[in-house]
Amino acid sequence: MSLNNEFKPKIVAFCCNWCSYAGADLAGSSRLAYPADVKIIRVPCSCRVNPMFILRAFEKGADGVIMCGCHPGDCHYSTGNYYARRRMTLLFSMLDYLGIERARTRVEWVSAAEGVKFSQTMNEFVEDIRKLGKNVRLEDLRCRN
Amino acid sequence: MQELVNRAKALLADGTVARVLGWKAGEFAYDPEPAFFETEEDLKDFVYDGFCGANLSKYMIEASKLEGKTLVFLKPCDSYSFNQLTKEHRVDREKAYIIGVGCKGKVDVKHIKEAGIKGIESIVGADYPNPAETLEIKTLYGDKTISYKDAMLERCHVCKGKDHVVFDEQIGESADTVDAERFAEVEKIEAMSPEEKFAFFRAELSKCIRCNACRNVCPACSCRKCVFDSTKFDSAQKANTTSFEEKMFHIIRAFHVAGRCTDCGECSRVCPQGIPLHLFNRKFIKDINTFYGDYQAGEDIEAQAPLTDFTFEDREPGQFAERG
Repeated sequence: MSLNNEFKPKIVAFCCNWCSYAGADLAGSSRLAYPADVKIIRVPCSCRVNPMFILRAFEKGADGVIMCGCHPGDCHYSTGNYYARRRMTLLFSMLDYLGIERARTRVEWVSAAEGVKFSQTMNEFVEDIRKLGKNVRLEDLRCRN
Repeated sequence: MQELVNRAKALLADGTVARVLGWKAGEFAYDPEPAFFETEEDLKDFVYDGFCGANLSKYMIEASKLEGKTLVFLKPCDSYSFNQLTKEHRVDREKAYIIGVGCKGKVDVKHIKEAGIKGIESIVGADYPNPAETLEIKTLYGDKTISYKDAMLERCHVCKGKDHVVFDEQIGESADTVDAERFAEVEKIEAMSPEEKFAFFRAELSKCIRCNACRNVCPACSCRKCVFDSTKFDSAQKANTTSFEEKMFHIIRAFHVAGRCTDCGECSRVCPQGIPLHLFNRKFIKDINTFYGDYQAGEDIEAQAPLTDFTFEDREPGQFAERG
């Protein structure tokens, strides 16, 4: 297989400002590698992630979406990630119900000190998505032939 | 039915209520519609029969802003919606005089037409309180029959119960109509492969014409401004911008009512394209029940809604749900 034909997944990562984004920063400054396929979007808190963000990401062609936040109990806003956890549990279950494999969505808790965990998680996640291949598009049948 | 009209007349006459919210006869026997009645004279159009499936709770939002009390007729399942709206401070309990009416299952002309009966002229047998076992239908092509059960709305097959959760007085008897498992359909889809699920939902949702009927009828969808409204125009409609819009509309709509949906089934009843929209809501209800304990929206006004609550031991989103 030539290099050009290799499947390059598009991965969107929502990272909370206080833990995971700092964790990604640490991964960078510690020179730990993670795939360039991951596009990080910084959010104030994992709780800021509206279910619509995830759907929009899939609409725009994402093959996988991962949400990272502070460990439960460590949220900068005390309880944000607990609400986010319930929401994402339900949303991901719904996406699975609609035919988007469960492995394409993921939630991981990464603290500001866990640069290693961040890079490991991203490597794993990208590997999983590579195996799954291109995502299905939740599109309207009428717009297709 | 006459009992309801008499009681409404009495309450109008003694000034307890300023208006009555009920159902009035439509153009055909099978399409009664929600209506306000201001005088005793108006009540001659009042109907209550097997076709009165419409949930009147949502109309109480507007009625709560009017002067005086409104008499509203609620079926057992409608009373859950009313309770949920009270909890969300969308309706004023003080402004409502609730008569809990009995219900023996509601039929819908959609199911009669699905059974291949066309050219309907009249339907006999959907009366309350004594519906017939079989509906007799006069059509352009001769007389047809269909059993009452077959013509019944999906929600009646999985009825929540015969008891009103909120009422001022009750009139009429209810019947037990349950003959199906509430989550059976959801479980059937859950057992499919991702490709099958995807094909199923893509086919169903591709029928959507974005008429917004499901949103407009939904008692839980009562925001003054909806995320799906156009920000530029004062219109309820928003043209779809991408081929993804309808899918997103239904997923997000179901998500916005998750934990608040009482499973009244109005969305599926009004859908002109026959999309089984209750399957989305019911999936969320099933998940909430499995993950966070049984919860019936609208049952208890004091209960904490599952999505505005959490425990330290909640399951992680990565944990797969047990199948079946």
